[in-house]
Amino acid sequence: MSTAHKEPVAVVGIGQTKHVAARKDVSIAGLVREAARRALDDAGLDWPDIDAVVIGKAPDFFEGVMMPELYLADALGAVGKPMLRVHTAGSVGGSTALVAANLVAARVHGTVLTLAFEKQSESNAMWGLSLPIPFQQPLLAGAGGFFAPHVRAYMRRTGAPDAIGSLVAFKDRRNALKNPYAHLHEHDLTLEQVQSSPMLWDPIRYSETCPSSDGACAMILTDRAGADRSPEPPAWVHGGAMRSEPTLFAGKDFVSPQAGRDCAADVYAQAGITDPRAEIDAVEMYVPFSWYEPMWLENLGFAEEGEGWKLTESGVTELDGDLPVNPSGGVLSTNPIGASGMIRFAEAALQVRGQAGEHQVDGARRALGHAYGGGSQFFSMWLVGAEQPAG
Amino acid sequence: MPPTGALRDVAIVAFAQSDHLKSTDELSEVEMLMPVLHEVLGATGLATGEIDFTCSGSADYLAGRAFSFTMALDGVGAWPPISESHVETDGAWALYEAWVKLLTGEADTALVYSYGKSSPGSLRDVLTRQLDPYYQAPLWPDSVALAALQAQALIDAGHTDERTLATVAARSRDAASDNPHAQVRGARPQGDYVVQPLRTGDCPPIGDGAAAVVLAAGDRARALCARPAWIRGIDHRIEPHAIGVRDLTESPSTRLAAERAGAFERPVDTAELHAPFSSQEVVLRRALDLGDEVAVNPSGGPLAANPMMAAGLVRLGEAAARIHRGASDRALAHATSGPCLQQNLVAVLEGEDA
Repeated sequence: MSTAHKEPVAVVGIGQTKHVAARKDVSIAGLVREAARRALDDAGLDWPDIDAVVIGKAPDFFEGVMMPELYLADALGAVGKPMLRVHTAGSVGGSTALVAANLVAARVHGTVLTLAFEKQSESNAMWGLSLPIPFQQPLLAGAGGFFAPHVRAYMRRTGAPDAIGSLVAFKDRRNALKNPYAHLHEHDLTLEQVQSSPMLWDPIRYSETCPSSDGACAMILTDRAGADRSPEPPAWVHGGAMRSEPTLFAGKDFVSPQAGRDCAADVYAQAGITDPRAEIDAVEMYVPFSWYEPMWLENLGFAEEGEGWKLTESGVTELDGDLPVNPSGGVLSTNPIGASGMIRFAEAALQVRGQAGEHQVDGARRALGHAYGGGSQFFSMWLVGAEQPAG
Repeated sequence: MPPTGALRDVAIVAFAQSDHLKSTDELSEVEMLMPVLHEVLGATGLATGEIDFTCSGSADYLAGRAFSFTMALDGVGAWPPISESHVETDGAWALYEAWVKLLTGEADTALVYSYGKSSPGSLRDVLTRQLDPYYQAPLWPDSVALAALQAQALIDAGHTDERTLATVAARSRDAASDNPHAQVRGARPQGDYVVQPLRTGDCPPIGDGAAAVVLAAGDRARALCARPAWIRGIDHRIEPHAIGVRDLTESPSTRLAAERAGAFERPVDTAELHAPFSSQEVVLRRALDLGDEVAVNPSGGPLAANPMMAAGLVRLGEAAARIHRGASDRALAHATSGPCLQQNLVAVLEGEDA
């Protein structure tokens, strides 16, 4: 395999909606169009400049619309263009961006709009994921019911103190105060309140859990010629990969899945990263339950096995720390499920473009966007940089 | 930029499909799919671990559960972890995503599969959930009723009549006599109106099925297949959703996709059209300038077997298989999605010496 002929891919436009519990003022079409329009404005482009649309979202049951891309073709200016729908569970927002990036990398299209959304107020996500008998029930009572035992396994395996999860939640909720698009803006939240919030799925407390949001995120991806025309600095894709493994099998490590490690290794190899802790300036990782920050720090190679919680505890992952994690407030503050992965990818791009506003990491040159889904089995990641990749 | 500027040559090197059946009560989706995967991999001699990229197509609304594709993935054997993706639509679009992946050089081989079981639910009701949720879906206009509106528009415009539609249906089922996988084989009566002007014979059978292909690039394709079906061009386009703003007698998205795929550069000898209703073949023939010299749906087409989310991929596979066995030199394959041919994909496949 040779990828030497690939076209470099640039992110030149980013748009999000203000994520909230329920956008009752707009239809699904209105929601996605709002994000797409903002991405176009950011890129200084208009609908005719877009060659193709790649759209992603999580299960169709969340809105009760089967294959909603058909209905959304008009709202996204896709009429007469290719429109492709991706669905890879919770990682879909990231996967969708990677599929769009490949259209540019393969030189099939010059400029692509990619968008992911969820309008969760249209249904109840927890029960949408909970299957009635006789179906198999890998997710039990919502995602928390599935992930809580794996968090407990991590705690037992590493001996991490009980308070680590609350530190992550408190950090991310405070970071969200600096992000105008974040769903939760809990100005008066204290660490004590996080630690005394109701236990939902032991050991996961209410304040360590992601909200259910309505929101959309869009990006404009383009080639070198498109990047030259960009009014704002582009973010360049230095590496991107997806990996999947089965839901359940003997020997599966739910705490640190092999697919996640393989995916990160692939991305780092593409980007020439040999020491992620030293060479990556900011991370937007998919942390729907607080404890997943230390777990993914290890899975992604930022810490040795069993050591991830120490980075959290010592403040390394704070906004002003050595390796800021989720400066946007992350999934813990904003979770339109199908869009959450793309928000991670987009926030990583905002950081290296220097456009993250109040939650900007000073001097960020390389940032990782990460998403996962299903039973810790679907992973998608990209690494973006301020410089055009060499070669 | 036309896809003719493609960076690499990519071919379909193997195709397999299930027997498409009215009901598969005893089989889970995974059990329906597994023999197809084994057959398509067996044809190339590749093991799962030797596939660089895997992409599938399916729909949760058919399965009645969220993330239904994850169970199929367990069956594929994604261990050690694989590079993999999924589209929530017909597998023809999964093939498109895989084709792009191969063009980037990130993969040399790809496994593409798709499947759908329509038998557990009421398909005509289920498909109404594809419609605009605010203005159309609450009225529950079903897929046959919408296709009947399209058929009546064609008749009113003088493009066809009921007798011509009956010949399309009869030709398709006659052709399917030689297709052991087809659900409806051989002559059957046109029957009564389902929704006027469409009769039973004008409508596709409702059933369950699966399909898979293997893609490979360059010399890898030549090593895996005696006569690869090279993808000379592939493109897809979408139209407005509301059927009231479309001229249902035309398919401009098919026309444009075909132009972009290079379909009009030279005549094709075969066309596999994803026209679930006889009337839609009329629309597609007009959009694609297909004359009587072209063998249209020699497999029997969707009027003989229409497994949801797989029938489009089957068209690509059937067209490729004809090239593999030397029965075609240049074939067009078409797939559709959405009500009344809203979204369309066209691929042009050729044998090496064509």
